[in-house]
Amino acid sequence: MENPLLSARAEAFPAGLRVLVVDDDPTWLKILEKMLRKCSYEVTTCSLATEALDILRERRDRFDIVISDVNMPDMDGFKLLEHVGLEMDLPVIMMSIDGETSRVMKGVQHGACDYLLKPVRMKELRNIWQHVYRKKMHEVNIETHSFGEDINILCNGFEDLEDRNLTDGTELSSVRKRKDVDYKDLGDQELNDPSKLKKARVVWSVDLHQKFVNAVNQIGFDKVGPKKILDLMNVPGLTRENVASHLQKYRLYLSRLQKQSEGNCSGDISADPINTDNKGNFALKSSISIPKESVLTRHVGTTESLTQGIITDVHVREIKRTLPVGVSESKKALVGEIPSTQKASSIPQLGVYLSFEKSAPNVEEKACDPTTPKDFMQYPKQENLDAFSCLTNSNHQASFDLSSSSVTSVISATFTNEKDLNNPCEMNPAPADPRNGHFSATPPVACMIGSVSFQVKHGIVNSHDIGTILKVDGSPSKSTDSYIDCTHNQGCFPITCELSSNSETESDSWPDDLHLFAQEHSNWFKDSETGGEYLYDHFDEYLFAW
Amino acid sequence: MKKSLFDQGYLDEQFYQLEELQDEVSPNFVEEVVTLFFRDSTRLVTNIDQALEKRPQDFRKLDACMHQLKVSASSIGAAKMKNECTSFKEFCGKESLEGCIRSFQKLKKEHSTLRTKLENYFQLLRQVGPVEKAVRSGK
Repeated sequence: MENPLLSARAEAFPAGLRVLVVDDDPTWLKILEKMLRKCSYEVTTCSLATEALDILRERRDRFDIVISDVNMPDMDGFKLLEHVGLEMDLPVIMMSIDGETSRVMKGVQHGACDYLLKPVRMKELRNIWQHVYRKKMHEVNIETHSFGEDINILCNGFEDLEDRNLTDGTELSSVRKRKDVDYKDLGDQELNDPSKLKKARVVWSVDLHQKFVNAVNQIGFDKVGPKKILDLMNVPGLTRENVASHLQKYRLYLSRLQKQSEGNCSGDISADPINTDNKGNFALKSSISIPKESVLTRHVGTTESLTQGIITDVHVREIKRTLPVGVSESKKALVGEIPSTQKASSIPQLGVYLSFEKSAPNVEEKACDPTTPKDFMQYPKQENLDAFSCLTNSNHQASFDLSSSSVTSVISATFTNEKDLNNPCEMNPAPADPRNGHFSATPPVACMIGSVSFQVKHGIVNSHDIGTILKVDGSPSKSTDSYIDCTHNQGCFPITCELSSNSETESDSWPDDLHLFAQEHSNWFKDSETGGEYLYDHFDEYLFAW
Repeated sequence: MKKSLFDQGYLDEQFYQLEELQDEVSPNFVEEVVTLFFRDSTRLVTNIDQALEKRPQDFRKLDACMHQLKVSASSIGAAKMKNECTSFKEFCGKESLEGCIRSFQKLKKEHSTLRTKLENYFQLLRQVGPVEKAVRSGK
């Protein structure tokens, strides 16, 4: 739409930087506006924090950076800072006449990328573009580092998914838009425009997400804030902004889950929260790990409409129950294939398993011992993907049975590297109530490329709702989608795994794409039997969540 | 004249900054800002006056009000005013109502003095007219 403008702006960067100035003092507002205009920035002023938030929410993309005074009558500047960081993930600069260390520190803690002392000088304002640029660089770096072509594939997959499961148009469109910007060929999207560059995102690996969720739970969801999470996560290189944006998505995800759980327990596949929600972000980029004992489990939805074994999209259906496939306590043997007990709609399940093309050298099923939550299901890498086999490191027979009633089901799948032929795959299923649906995966023990292990914490899988799509993309240019369809009577629980594995060459990109979605369930917490770890041992390829 | 304002400590560096901002696009920028300042600061002074009369005294609120005035004063570089604001805040911290009242009296005086001086200053500028730039630099 404004391509010419945008590229013009991009070329002139930092000129044309779009700044929102928030200050309750009219004199300062006027002065700042003048100063910023002199820097050739595009300035918008407002004198109330609430007004500022409205403006920002209304047109998220309209601004590159926010400058705000600390003392505002209607809202604490720090709070505004947090909101902006969370919701819009824009760099925020604080200003105050008070330069006391404690205040400055507070600003930094809340995520301010700079703290200016009043009276503010022109030269300080001239430099603010660096914060915008830095942020974009950071995001782009992470993005490009992690993602590979698979992203495109995944993206495409998601797009299709979206198309099919679009229930919330607006959400979808915004997500889609986001995704488009994020994933689609960055080159398409005014890449030169720094403001667009911003869209690159950190890849949230399963592990990372696990840490994130753990941190969130530890803090207490109500009290959570990006800074706290960041501190708890203690991941070097992760920025507060990364956490903030992830938290935002997480929250959206949760709220969607809640909405979903309110009405939809049937296997009805409606909006796919994942699809609509974070499409590009969540599904693709952020891998959501299911925390061991944390509340949140990503929901994974699978669409029933999987029509083929190989599903290139990830259909996510939101199921109220927590995702992790419940593995009943009673052992169930893992079936090498998607159990046909699943509903008809779970055709794809078969596909999932079968989608692994390569034959897995050691496909075995093991019963899972509920007491050893370390079992994971292993998904073979593409080349070796043949079928899923559940491997347990202790040779347990693992059975994935997604039982709806099992609150504590945890399913973990392990992808092991190809090099780790003996990579322990742990399967961690043990749904409390085995249901007819049952999840079986037979990842080959030896994955050529590697394996991804994931663990789904307890959750209830709805038989007909569950389908897991495993999509494995490997460098061998194969995209295999596997669905692990966990059908469950209760019909809630989509598990979507999207696994994209890259070839060996991508060894360093593993944390990329893991989605593990599970729905939150009230019972979730209670069940901690799984205590399983996520074994994201070796990721050569992109993770998937199933 | 401006020099005297500076010498006497009424104005500080910030005022220069404002003048730097003045350009063809906003030829009366400084005067506009100063006008805005006095309008706003008068309002703030009234607030504080009212707050001072309340009993029991809420020093935190007083402090907050004064803080606003201080920020405002800093915008045009009203140095003396700023100092008095700081002093007032200190009294607030000590919860000395008397100290606050005294300080505030001084503050109001500074405020009106500055207003007068600046009004004169701008008037002078207008009289000097187009030569003002050159003249100003000499002042």
